[in-house]
Amino acid sequence: MSEEKTGLKGATILLNALQQEGVDVIFGYPGGVLLPLYDALLDSPIRHVLGRHEQGVVFAADGYSRVTGKVGVCLGTSGPGATNLVTGIANAFLDSIPLVVLTGQVPTSSIGSDSFQEVDIIGITMPITKHSYLVKDPRDLPRIIKEAFYIARTGRPGPVLIDLPKDVLAEENVVPFSNEMKLKGYKIFGRDNNGKIEEVARALSEAHRPVLYAGGGVVTAGAESVLKQFAEKTGAPVVTTLMGIGSLPLGHPNLLGMVGLHGTVTANYAVNDCDLLIAVGVRFDDRVTNGPGDRFATNAKVIHIDIDPVEISKVVRTDIQIVGDARQVLEEILEALPGFVLPDVADWWDQLREWKENHTLNYDKDRLNPQMVMECLGEIAGGETIITTDVGQHQMWVAQHYPTVNPRNYASSCGLGAMGYGLPAAIGAQIARPEDRVVLVTGDGSFQMSIQELGTIAQNNLPIKIVLLNNGVLGMVRQMQKLFYGERYSQIQLQGNPDFVKVAEAYGIRGIHVNSLENVRSAFEEAFKHPGAVLVDIKISEHENVLPMVSPGKVITEMIVR
Amino acid sequence: MLHTLAVLVENNPGVLIRVAGLFTRRGYNIDSLTVCQTEDPELSRMTIVVNGDDQIIQQVRNQLSKLVVVHSVSDLTGESVVDRELALIRVQVSTETRSAVLQTVDIFRGRVVDMGRTNITVELTGDIPKIDAFVRAIRPYGLLELVRTGKVAILRSET
Repeated sequence: MSEEKTGLKGATILLNALQQEGVDVIFGYPGGVLLPLYDALLDSPIRHVLGRHEQGVVFAADGYSRVTGKVGVCLGTSGPGATNLVTGIANAFLDSIPLVVLTGQVPTSSIGSDSFQEVDIIGITMPITKHSYLVKDPRDLPRIIKEAFYIARTGRPGPVLIDLPKDVLAEENVVPFSNEMKLKGYKIFGRDNNGKIEEVARALSEAHRPVLYAGGGVVTAGAESVLKQFAEKTGAPVVTTLMGIGSLPLGHPNLLGMVGLHGTVTANYAVNDCDLLIAVGVRFDDRVTNGPGDRFATNAKVIHIDIDPVEISKVVRTDIQIVGDARQVLEEILEALPGFVLPDVADWWDQLREWKENHTLNYDKDRLNPQMVMECLGEIAGGETIITTDVGQHQMWVAQHYPTVNPRNYASSCGLGAMGYGLPAAIGAQIARPEDRVVLVTGDGSFQMSIQELGTIAQNNLPIKIVLLNNGVLGMVRQMQKLFYGERYSQIQLQGNPDFVKVAEAYGIRGIHVNSLENVRSAFEEAFKHPGAVLVDIKISEHENVLPMVSPGKVITEMIVR
Repeated sequence: MLHTLAVLVENNPGVLIRVAGLFTRRGYNIDSLTVCQTEDPELSRMTIVVNGDDQIIQQVRNQLSKLVVVHSVSDLTGESVVDRELALIRVQVSTETRSAVLQTVDIFRGRVVDMGRTNITVELTGDIPKIDAFVRAIRPYGLLELVRTGKVAILRSET
């Protein structure tokens, strides 16, 4: 008598557990050890989006996560598949993006024998994951999947890797263990503020020149509206980090713009001169402080609100520290405010307005330049358009000039600064929100790091609009060689560039050349009218610089402005 | 200054590398590290002696706490604790020095655990200064080999 089959295949248990977590799409790339999983996928309602390189699938999952707030899921095979994911994992780790990264692994019996396509991906990714699992028993899959999603999205979010040996996926007739989580060691910090809320309210009432400094933690916590209330109620101006872009919409009267290396003059002056800096969901990154934190906001009492206790006092000395969720803490402070006098910020705003008027972001309005392109794109695209960017000059032009009104409509590689991020991130965003318009702004350097993902766009008929600022050089490197290396240009020319319009057309994607300012608007209008993907290749001068810019090692008020 | 951290961790493979990796990655210096299973077989206890100022130690504690495999971190420095280290020390002996060496071992309440023709092996337990002192005292006779476990520590009971 044969034993009755009551269990399921390991791979099926995995897919069921993913479904339980609400996963509707996996970005992936198959390979030998994943064959049992790809076979089971044929019977699962979960959608699989095939990328063209594993780095693309992890960036796509990241883009998906940024525009939805949900956990992104990606999948790569063992060995090179897994190592190709590494840059994307680091990217998510530095920007605190929740991902569950699934990797195939050689069968458990072969682990450690240097077998074909075997690497220790857990070891390789240990410094860039929030946590990781090697699954040795398929019966553990429901619990591990549940824990992984929980860890990825709670507290300070981040990537969690699950390494899946082939035999674990292939085992038949598995009756799984309970999915009850066993996470005694996992701590979510910041449940107790110890009366510090009143301390903050008091400091605020005593301040004359307060500044709110908002970052990615505001976005993660969904604290945009409470941040707005807070700014309006207290009259405090707001500066944001690159991660915090859109947490107060561009154009809001309290917004001074981005702070730091390519921040606005007003934002940098304000941080330098303020007597109270309320830092919310930020980590005093060196792109903001421009080096060691001891010369940053030296005139201010500093309040630091962050969900990760490790960030407290890591870079900058602070006076009041609150570990907690940005929205919750800001709400509590708002509730406490009626007991205190609000700060008198009239003189402060006189000063801020004077700076704002004297230091606008200047650019020539009657020739084709990247600032004009951004201005035009902003006018035509409107608030509900999702913008993703690559890394370099164009990324900063978007940050400075594109009117982002909602941080969930913006995805960029901020902490890691990974060129090649933008195109796959746009794919992830478009898959996540098929009804919304997605625009990638990229440069000719970055674009070629992920250009193969045009195939993914074509295969899935994604109507992504690609704005390529094409200057034939690695512009950000050129700019720094010009300003800080005596114009000794080294390895920045991209002379082998193809005709990008032809490349797009080869993938069945419409391409438009733009060589003059007059054609920018009509090109965008045509692109947005076209139902499919479009690449708008805009020739700009290689001499354009991202300004303002703080010189290396200088205080953030010492800026090059022209 | 040196701090002694008691760290309760999951008793699983891979935990040690997570903890040790964190120290190298963040540039913290481990002075010594001991680890073994506790009274609860699911948990191991690490006693880590680490050098740093208050800010560094606070960072180390926070970073350790963040690891999912770490259940708790406490700093025993300045607390009332019993701490011990065990050392095995091989010393050269000759007919001339043998009795002097044995006398020194006696004074430090060590035990001879092995004896060869030209050397003896001593087991010594104590706090770190005691073991340091013994090593200094014995060195002139010919210190051949020294193995130390690193410090383990436990809080004194309140009553």
